[in-house]
Amino acid sequence: MSAVATDSVALAPTDYLLHLADNALVLGQRNAQWCGHGPILEEELALANMSLDLVGQARLLYDLVARRAADGSTEDTYAYWRDASQFRNYTLLELPHRSPLVGYAQGDMDFAITVMRNTLYTALMVPLWQQLCDCSDPDLAAIAAKSLKEAQYHLRHACDWLVKLGDGTDSSRQRMQGALEHLWPYTAEFWVSGKLEALARSAGLLVDGAALESSWNAIIDAVLEQATLTRPPAPEGYVSEGKVGVHSEHLSFLLAEMQSLARAHPGAQW
Amino acid sequence: MPQEESIWTLLEQVSDPEIPVISLLDLGVVRQVKVDAQGWLVVITPTYSACPALSQMADDIVSTLQRAGWGPGRVQTQLAPAWSTDWISPRGRDRLREYGIAPPAPIHSQASDGARVLHFLPRKPLAESVPCPRCGSEQTTQTSRFGSTACKALYRCLSCREPFDYFKPY
Repeated sequence: MSAVATDSVALAPTDYLLHLADNALVLGQRNAQWCGHGPILEEELALANMSLDLVGQARLLYDLVARRAADGSTEDTYAYWRDASQFRNYTLLELPHRSPLVGYAQGDMDFAITVMRNTLYTALMVPLWQQLCDCSDPDLAAIAAKSLKEAQYHLRHACDWLVKLGDGTDSSRQRMQGALEHLWPYTAEFWVSGKLEALARSAGLLVDGAALESSWNAIIDAVLEQATLTRPPAPEGYVSEGKVGVHSEHLSFLLAEMQSLARAHPGAQW
Repeated sequence: MPQEESIWTLLEQVSDPEIPVISLLDLGVVRQVKVDAQGWLVVITPTYSACPALSQMADDIVSTLQRAGWGPGRVQTQLAPAWSTDWISPRGRDRLREYGIAPPAPIHSQASDGARVLHFLPRKPLAESVPCPRCGSEQTTQTSRFGSTACKALYRCLSCREPFDYFKPY
């Protein structure tokens, strides 16, 4: 497979790579739930295509971790054989497509949640991948360059819908505002500088957190204004901790379904 | 080097698993060919991160070279620099068109998606105009930005009324 970078460069820590990979895999899996249930056929294709992009990014990152570990693990080891507490994704991404505005009795998925979550996440990933294109880890920089192209495209798609539905009918605006208020507190996790960030910094992988936050705010403010939505106040209270392995109750259900086939036939090869 | 040249020639027979009329060379995914003490080496670049055809391409390269009598060797993937549709050769573009897929417009002619994320336009078209691969008319319109594979969009021609795939600039 690909050549692995030597020790003369600063390599991204494993946990950081897994954080990036888990974000992509969990969101890819979540969005793929729309398969067969999309609001319109074109959106079926769009969500499936974008999920495929995300899974591709996750595969590249897991594969990189496996090659560096050189312990016989593969991308499958990380995707299928870790449990919820070992995943490092933001809690935002594992939440079901359900908002308080959609009754639990229906169990229906709310497209507003999907669109809002995709916007909040991709608005972070575009500036982050841009920064990582220049990072000191050459393998991660190469993955960033490919992922950036895809993230820009995902951001545009999410924003298109956000504007269309936000600046839409009274009903669509109400659902979009509801989705924004429901998901907003989960974005506080993006800015908490904890163990993961300290690890990255000490490995020489410098991500400018302040610049990232300011880019994210600029994108979000611009799209919310065009969508005629109101930015909620800064979140207070509990900050979710998915990136350090403390997840909501939703992740284990998502993983159980995703991992069931591999776990039913351990070691199986196509 | 003559050995490497003969491998390049063999690679012309390896076609894209999805689009049989275009070879890996025409696609621009083969980056390097080398023969050394460990055998032969072919370095390829993936198109989309999640393109499922990549592993098939690697298998096809191995089986083509083995059938031609080459001994042990390996296929390596290299991510950087990232592949772009601009790397598709002119012959590759002709072959796509003959097959009924409109070839991608050059990247530099697109307004960069990334630079202007703050300025949202509903339904921005993928290109200034995409000529119909059957009748050549420029009166075409996008049906869906997403098509049968990650790399294609669905268009239809307003002149000859036929649908066709468009290979998206990337």
